[in-house]
Amino acid sequence: MGNVFLIAEQKDGNIKRVSLEILSELCRQGIATTAVVIGFGDLSKVTESLVTHGASKVVVLENEVFTQYNTEGYANALHHYLTPQNPSVIVTGATSHGKDFLPRLAAKFATGIAVDCVSFQFTGEKVAVRRPVYAGKCSKQVAFAVAPAIFSVRPNVLQTQMASKSAAVEKVVGNPGTIKAKILSTVASQIKKVELTEADIIISGGRSLKSADNFKILNDCAATVGAAVGASRAAVDAGYAPHDMQVGQTGKTVSPKLYIACGISGAIQHLAGMRTSKIIVAINKDPEAPIFQKTDYGIVADLFEVVPLLTEEFKRLKSQS
Amino acid sequence: MNILVLLKQVPDTETKIRITSDKKNIETADLKWIINPYDEFAIEEGLKTKERLKEGTVTVVTVGPTRTVEALRTAVAMGADNAIHVKVEETLDTYLVAKALAEVCKKEGAQIIFTGKQAIDDDQAATFGYLAELLQYPSVTLAVKCDVSVDKTKATIEQEGDSGAKSIIETSLPAVIAVTKGINTPRYASLPGIMKAKKKEIKTYSIADLGLGSETSKTIDSDYQLPPERAPGKKLTGDITTQVKELVRLLREEAKVI
Repeated sequence: MGNVFLIAEQKDGNIKRVSLEILSELCRQGIATTAVVIGFGDLSKVTESLVTHGASKVVVLENEVFTQYNTEGYANALHHYLTPQNPSVIVTGATSHGKDFLPRLAAKFATGIAVDCVSFQFTGEKVAVRRPVYAGKCSKQVAFAVAPAIFSVRPNVLQTQMASKSAAVEKVVGNPGTIKAKILSTVASQIKKVELTEADIIISGGRSLKSADNFKILNDCAATVGAAVGASRAAVDAGYAPHDMQVGQTGKTVSPKLYIACGISGAIQHLAGMRTSKIIVAINKDPEAPIFQKTDYGIVADLFEVVPLLTEEFKRLKSQS
Repeated sequence: MNILVLLKQVPDTETKIRITSDKKNIETADLKWIINPYDEFAIEEGLKTKERLKEGTVTVVTVGPTRTVEALRTAVAMGADNAIHVKVEETLDTYLVAKALAEVCKKEGAQIIFTGKQAIDDDQAATFGYLAELLQYPSVTLAVKCDVSVDKTKATIEQEGDSGAKSIIETSLPAVIAVTKGINTPRYASLPGIMKAKKKEIKTYSIADLGLGSETSKTIDSDYQLPPERAPGKKLTGDITTQVKELVRLLREEAKVI
């Protein structure tokens, strides 16, 4: 295979796990990969983890501008650096940033794109990817007619794996080009939250939660196991939870190791957004709720009774380990 | 101000998907079609921007087969002034759709372009970025608030970030703004609006009209598959405390996820 580039993502000097997931899979397929990181300041932890996960070479595009993310800046710097490298494949994580700059980069290379892929397979010089569509109600294979093939990979679907390799780390001045849209300020959420699309465990609530305040019982339970809290469309539309917590076809598509649906009936558009979770648990009063047909374990009972017990049981488990 | 809104017609969210026998697409006969929900927010934001500025025209644009004219008429019934249909019968990839939209945006002299953050059929969430790059415009996605300055040279956008973060972004205009749920509540079509929409003349272009006759898609789709059915799980039994204890044991020992 020719020149394969992974655009690795970091935040505050810490690598995003999805970058290592992709790199590990490339290694398993025997693909020599250059990992490109954009940022400024101490990125030694990032470059080191890329080396230990099998990068053949690590390149840091440095510029003070990249202290924070910028759409145009990332696309410009990547295009500027990659063009003379004659890339055949460019891949990154399907995170909010990856999804944002990648289409601009694809347009610059006048090539095609496949977003949020769940697998990729190299055959000689070609790569084919599989990506869910209709929020996972089906999936399709995508092939690329021209190079570079550009795609992003969904977090949490591939396994990370260490590789015993050494690789050179090169620093290059990143060229952000002209930036017309600038971030003036960013305010983090007051409650410390785990990002839904990257969470290992998600606890979601439906309209049966009955109020925004009642989501507290899910938050308490989530806190014991480091889980993210999600919501169904019905709960969001009723004003119990903000839209950024919505799981489903008009919200986020997630694939955690464990998805616990509390008081969610299981509308087709919700199931579409979480069906690739490894293990699904449903807690619902209604034994006929469609969600039970998609779950590994079900508890037919009132979530207001079950969730606090579950929180206690998680706490007990944690105190033992 | 020339406000453009890009919209896509998609199968209703309740649709059960079936795949064609050649596995190259989904069955589209007998589907119920709707305007992509995120694009409804874009239409509303276009109309609201015009109202706030007290001037301007809102033009809705779609790329798709004949049936997609219905989506344009719905947008006109909601209050859009003009509608443009780029008529294609085959499915184009994101690259080619963005190319076509870029030509329309140039012809119309768009000063601000609104669209949904993604279409809920192909889920690429990439058209806005391609389009902005092709036009050399800035792009802002996941917009939950958008204020255009009085002199119409810039916009201030509130962007939804990861884990509940919010950013304020200032961009020069023209720009492409991809909106998400929470930015507004789309209005319903009014009765006079519906009457007007029925008679509205819709400007139609072919791909060749836009000078893209020799362009082809850069990606090739194949092998559509339905997801594997999940094996039926087990409902736990006993009193609630027993069930919860058993659940945690199973998650730890059988599923090994906690």
